[in-house]
Amino acid sequence: MVQRASITFKDHFRETHLFQQRLLITAIITILLLLVLIARLVFLQVLSHDHFTTLSEKNRLDILPIAPIRGLIYDRNGVLLAQNLPSFTLQIVPEHSKDLKKTIEELKKLVVISDDEIKQFYRVLKEKRRFEGIPLRFRLNDIERAKIAVNQDRLPGVKIEAQLARDYPLGSLASHAIGYVGRINEQELQNLNVARYSATEYIGKVGVERSYEDILHGQVGTVLVERNSQGRVMRSETELDPEPGKDLYLTLDIKVQEVAEKSFGDDNGALVAIDPRNGEVIALVSIPTFDPHIFVHRVDTKTYKALSTSSDHPLLNRALQGQYPPGSTLKPFIGLAGLEANLINSDESLKCPGYYMLKNDDRKYRDWKKEGHGETNLTKALVESCDVYFYDLSLALKIDRMESYLARFGVGQPTGIDIRGEAPGLLPSKQWKQKTHRLPWFPGETLITGIGQGFTLTTPLQLANITAILGNGGQRYKPRIIHAIGEPGVEEITLQKPRHIGTVQKDNPENWNIIINAMKQVVHGLRGTARGINRNLEYKVAGKTGTAQVFGIKEDEEYDEEKIAKKLRDHALFISFAPADEPRIAVAVIVENGGSGGAVAAPIARKVMDAYLLKDN
Amino acid sequence: MPGFSKSEFTDTTRIHAGRRVLHRFHVDLPLLLGLIVLVAVGLMVLYSASEQDAGLVSKQLIRLGIAFTVMFAVAQISPDTLRYWSPWLFGIGLIMLIAVLLLGEVGKGAQRWLNLGFFTFQPSELMKLALPMLLAWYLSEAILPPKFKHVMVAVVMMLIPIYMVAKQPDLGTSLLLASSGIFVLFLAGLRWFYIIISTLMLIPTSLLLWFYGMHDYQRSRVLTFINPESDLRGSGYHINQSSIAIGSGGTYGKGWLNGTQSHLDFLPERKTDFIFPVFSEEFGLIGAIILLTIYAAIVARGLVIAAQAQDTFTRLLAGSITLTFFIYVFINIGMVSGLLPVVGIPLPLVSYGGTSMVTLLAGFGILMSIQTHRKLIAS
Repeated sequence: MVQRASITFKDHFRETHLFQQRLLITAIITILLLLVLIARLVFLQVLSHDHFTTLSEKNRLDILPIAPIRGLIYDRNGVLLAQNLPSFTLQIVPEHSKDLKKTIEELKKLVVISDDEIKQFYRVLKEKRRFEGIPLRFRLNDIERAKIAVNQDRLPGVKIEAQLARDYPLGSLASHAIGYVGRINEQELQNLNVARYSATEYIGKVGVERSYEDILHGQVGTVLVERNSQGRVMRSETELDPEPGKDLYLTLDIKVQEVAEKSFGDDNGALVAIDPRNGEVIALVSIPTFDPHIFVHRVDTKTYKALSTSSDHPLLNRALQGQYPPGSTLKPFIGLAGLEANLINSDESLKCPGYYMLKNDDRKYRDWKKEGHGETNLTKALVESCDVYFYDLSLALKIDRMESYLARFGVGQPTGIDIRGEAPGLLPSKQWKQKTHRLPWFPGETLITGIGQGFTLTTPLQLANITAILGNGGQRYKPRIIHAIGEPGVEEITLQKPRHIGTVQKDNPENWNIIINAMKQVVHGLRGTARGINRNLEYKVAGKTGTAQVFGIKEDEEYDEEKIAKKLRDHALFISFAPADEPRIAVAVIVENGGSGGAVAAPIARKVMDAYLLKDN
Repeated sequence: MPGFSKSEFTDTTRIHAGRRVLHRFHVDLPLLLGLIVLVAVGLMVLYSASEQDAGLVSKQLIRLGIAFTVMFAVAQISPDTLRYWSPWLFGIGLIMLIAVLLLGEVGKGAQRWLNLGFFTFQPSELMKLALPMLLAWYLSEAILPPKFKHVMVAVVMMLIPIYMVAKQPDLGTSLLLASSGIFVLFLAGLRWFYIIISTLMLIPTSLLLWFYGMHDYQRSRVLTFINPESDLRGSGYHINQSSIAIGSGGTYGKGWLNGTQSHLDFLPERKTDFIFPVFSEEFGLIGAIILLTIYAAIVARGLVIAAQAQDTFTRLLAGSITLTFFIYVFINIGMVSGLLPVVGIPLPLVSYGGTSMVTLLAGFGILMSIQTHRKLIAS
């Protein structure tokens, strides 16, 4: 367009034309810009939709685990042994508290709060968000809860949270068998299925609680939560209900257990009672017991240290882990080995002078009865517990045959009970000695092995188990502590089957009767070492007493119970089964430093058998 | 029309009669309809964005009532009166801007408000109308296309208020002021030579602005725009969350009140500048296109009014007001969808807030005035 600057009058037509031209251009640009916006929106909402949907979900949705409710534990008769009870925790939500310091001061006037707890509170406070409740005091009792509730209006931000915590209604009773749960520690965390335990705080630490952790725990559930930008949960929706753990019915009869535990008085020791017909453990006692609640709630280190360093070793489960020389309780088995090997018969006897000597050796192997038992056959040797008879027999059997026969019953092997941590005991052999001591086997060692001393070690459980096998005519069962498994809310329970693992070979059944008859006389005979318990006995008991030396007594040294500190006194042992002809219970008792098996251990076994066999009366 | 009996009216005459009544009250029906639909959509979105806060929505409704009243009032003023008052209005606006810089109130870190005792007022809003009016008045006095001298005077007239508003600091408003002025110049037929020259000048100017004329937060916004992922928790957060909201809306949206990004607080300023993501999360691409269509219809009507205007002043003014309105929409949606850096510009007539709404509707009042005060020319 040619410039015509000289024109001074307004050219309306030209101005209009110019304006409309420009307006058209802007209209086109407007449309183009609109198209740009739409293109951008198509890119965001159609092409990148999936990407942004993912981001959006990630922004707001979170899947949180819900802990399942732990299964309950009952005894065989349905008495509740472990349950879940609400435990109340005092919390403060910082967001709602105007003045944290003041609120804590106020709370201190109402309930006991230690400085440690306050320190812990401030430590946790730093890690949590303002709207989350920070725990200040655990395990409030009813009075404390009431006090706080009454003053709630003066305590902004203070709340009481209920959480399920494991509870053992019978306290320390059967604490070793049941075990306890505690907070999951780091080592456990490494071996856990992290997903399954993502919401769980507690895990079984020992006993049934640990061994049946898988069944008791249940399956984790999930809840889908929607969070806002600060992480506050705005809405939640259960996605998958947690599956509660299964209930366990133990084979224990808690009444028998209670009788057993009380019978020990102030003594330490262990007792295991087994049903010889199926291997069910009726009582599993380890004394001293402990309060399992200490472990459920945070143990303060002082209490734990006191428990773990006590010379009484209350945390040791003696029934499974205590390894003791079986002493004379092993004699019935050695005797049976001799009979089955045709080395002896019930009539043959020898003269016991109170000691035994080997050829080419002037060491005297003493009998517990200094003056000797005189003319002694097998039955007498068992009833009066003559050592010399068995020295002689073991020399004839030799270590190899003793070892192989005892192994048939399971001496020196874990019984395979369904509680973890069982000790194997020890059954010595030539190879074993060569391997561990790099020394040959000496004949003297054969002698003392024959009276249950020397290297041989058994756990009380093992002892009860071999007694049960002897009583039931050679049937070997794995002992078990689970009687049945129940589904929560379901009436029916699944009974567990006996775990039969073999039969001890019988060459002549009469041999077994000889031994059992002798064992009956131990209790019922006039000279039986356990005759003290036969008064008013309503059933026949077959038993055998024993003492296990805590330390060796030198030859010719006087053994004076009074002078030896109690710690160094012999362990008292007793094994028995009853009714003798058709046994329903086999018991092994060890009273640490109890002295005499007949006087100390046997009465405990009697009380347990009475409690079990006469319970209907 | 007392001479006719009622039965003699046909349907069309009745409509014409209605039109005539509207015309007498200087209301432009198509523009009014467009605005009402837009406002209705806006209130619906605001209800959702405010977590269904009826109180807040009614507050907005009252503001709208005031703004519409202002629009009808302005529509009664004839374009001649407007032209006469243009320089005076500009002068008043300028004085108020100076007053704001000297004794204005600080809100949200910027000094924009003038407390007039009974209410607070943003002089920059007045300037949004006063500047295009002044330029339209000034340029329409001379012959178009404007000569160099006139262009220079116009540019100076523009730069003074723009500079003062930018100083407050209010980058968004100064941008809108600049565009309203540029539109007047462009529509007045500014020669392409000047246009090309000034476009080329933009590069050194923006560099100068970057180093000497911008606040730190403004610089960080621009940086964020260039690379939003650089600071997702900080200044990149807005734009990232906003893209997530829009993108996750998809084609059909999550449904009214069902947006999750917005309701869960992820989206900041969702009632004001970032209301569009709330809308497009809930109504999807389809909804967004419908909303853009409503805006486009209003802009189209404004451009028609400009095209039909009878003199240069009204043409330039109508064109500038309409195009500035569009710029609002473009910058707002462009910034929340990550096309443009974040500058504080609301989505017109949808975002929550008062002052800009009154100015906008006063602008539409001017459009209605221009449309309805035309002298009938005999054909």
